[in-house]
Amino acid sequence: MMEWETVIGLEIHAQLATKSKIFSGSATAYGAPPNAQANLVDLGYPGVLPVLNREAVRMAVKFGLAIEAEVARRSVFARKNYFYPDLPKGYQISQYELPVVAKGHLDIVLEDGTHKRIGITRAHLEEDAGKSLHEGLPGLTGIDLNRAGTPLLEIVSEPDLRSAKEAVAYMKKVHTLVRYLEICDGNMQEGSFRCDANVSVRRRGAEKFGTRAEIKNLNSFRFVEKAINHEVARQIELLESGGQVVQETRLYDPDRGETRSMRSKEEANDYRYFPDPDLLPLELDEAFIAGVRGELPELPDQKAARFASQYGLSAYDAGVLTASRELGDFYEAVVREVPAEAKLAANWVMGDLAARLNAENLEITGSRLSPIRLAGLLMRLADGTISGKIAKDLFELMWTTGRDADALIGEKGLRQITDTGAIERAIEEVMAKNPGQLADYRAGKDRLLGFFVGQVMKATGGKANPAQLNELLKKKLAG
Amino acid sequence: MSLNRADIEAIARLARLSLREEEVPALVDGLSRILGLVAQLDAADTRGIEPMAHPLPGLAQRLRADVVTETDQHERYQANAPRVEGGLYLVPKVIE
Repeated sequence: MMEWETVIGLEIHAQLATKSKIFSGSATAYGAPPNAQANLVDLGYPGVLPVLNREAVRMAVKFGLAIEAEVARRSVFARKNYFYPDLPKGYQISQYELPVVAKGHLDIVLEDGTHKRIGITRAHLEEDAGKSLHEGLPGLTGIDLNRAGTPLLEIVSEPDLRSAKEAVAYMKKVHTLVRYLEICDGNMQEGSFRCDANVSVRRRGAEKFGTRAEIKNLNSFRFVEKAINHEVARQIELLESGGQVVQETRLYDPDRGETRSMRSKEEANDYRYFPDPDLLPLELDEAFIAGVRGELPELPDQKAARFASQYGLSAYDAGVLTASRELGDFYEAVVREVPAEAKLAANWVMGDLAARLNAENLEITGSRLSPIRLAGLLMRLADGTISGKIAKDLFELMWTTGRDADALIGEKGLRQITDTGAIERAIEEVMAKNPGQLADYRAGKDRLLGFFVGQVMKATGGKANPAQLNELLKKKLAG
Repeated sequence: MSLNRADIEAIARLARLSLREEEVPALVDGLSRILGLVAQLDAADTRGIEPMAHPLPGLAQRLRADVVTETDQHERYQANAPRVEGGLYLVPKVIE
């Protein structure tokens, strides 16, 4: 296996979050009844003309600026010709020779923590096709054209990715970025963000790329990884048994965990691109581009770097907390309340809160604990009012009751016991009840310290200050 | 520029045209002559000339505001569709 090198390039399709379609005034909302959002332009009726949506252009430019790409002052729409029932005009309006965005890049973090720069060849505007439904209609295909004409940004990477893991890291990075930029909702289940993977293998050290296969329509990070790994294994096996990889389109079947040839055609695709005579060249002036530049938010990498320096977080923690804009905002809202406890806040947001959200399949925006409530808990933990163990119980209580920390601490008597006398009394009771263990401990069984800590904690309802308890207990046990 | 029979068959396939055997020779000849006519352009010196993407010089694409202006009229649009069910257009099965 080691003598083969994998080469991957991704074509990511991001549906742009416009209200209306790229060339018509139809709505783009997901989930409408079939064909309720397909008008004469989308349906390709004779005599209609496409008119370009300014917002779609603005979003494409925004992406281009965010990846430090060249934003074309002049770009051209072209027709990509092919026949399929969900493509009413018989061509897709896309961009070919002159895309709106070219030559950008994004940095990904590899597993060992090093950074790798991935080139982005281009990003161009195009229209989505409709949907074909094959189920429940014997011998027929149902066509829903609501999606036809939805604006897409196709983001094409250089063949810079060397493993399925790198491909996933890059795809996640693009996903994070388009959501930061608010140009795509990133909903992969609904198909708002999906990708095709071009995969080939070559002997390590070889200069020429191997023949590639294109895996179509991968709509989850997990499928991207699995499909690429399967395809790489298939190609290596083929080559090692003396066969050859055929340049073709393949489909990933998640149920069987394999890719299979999609079109049994020998004829190469021939899309006969030509400039769309219905659309004039798209020309952008400096004021337009400057306007978009002015709207750029703090980008994920910038935010992560700021988090690391401003809050003293590790690069890893800063990366996790900036994975989405909402998560970063939540974290900062917590830290605003407890500025001295930035690291503690990070641990809780990435730890107990993340685990709870995960268990309930919620996004950070669905958290039942507001940043202020969480900060209230952290404040009491930091000032010693409650112990770390009680804090975890309190967190659960707050989550289920929706009440604030101080109210629950008062009502449930969760305040930590820091009164030396009270702790000593509890220790003495435990010692009196366990003479056997006490004798063993004094005879040298140090491990029994944990037993005594547990017993005293139990006796105090978990509220004894752990540091004090440890110190006092050791003293008392020593006799 | 001269086309052969295989070219014509490939073009017909891409355009989803079904040709009768006896139509092919006339198309080979006719399309070849059209290409020959256009090929005269190849003689023009285009060095330093920016390719045009549209015959209207000096005009750029107008942009429209992102506003939904259309309402659901699928029943009207589907009145002339051969087959419709539950709002879907029905076509012969296209998956392999």
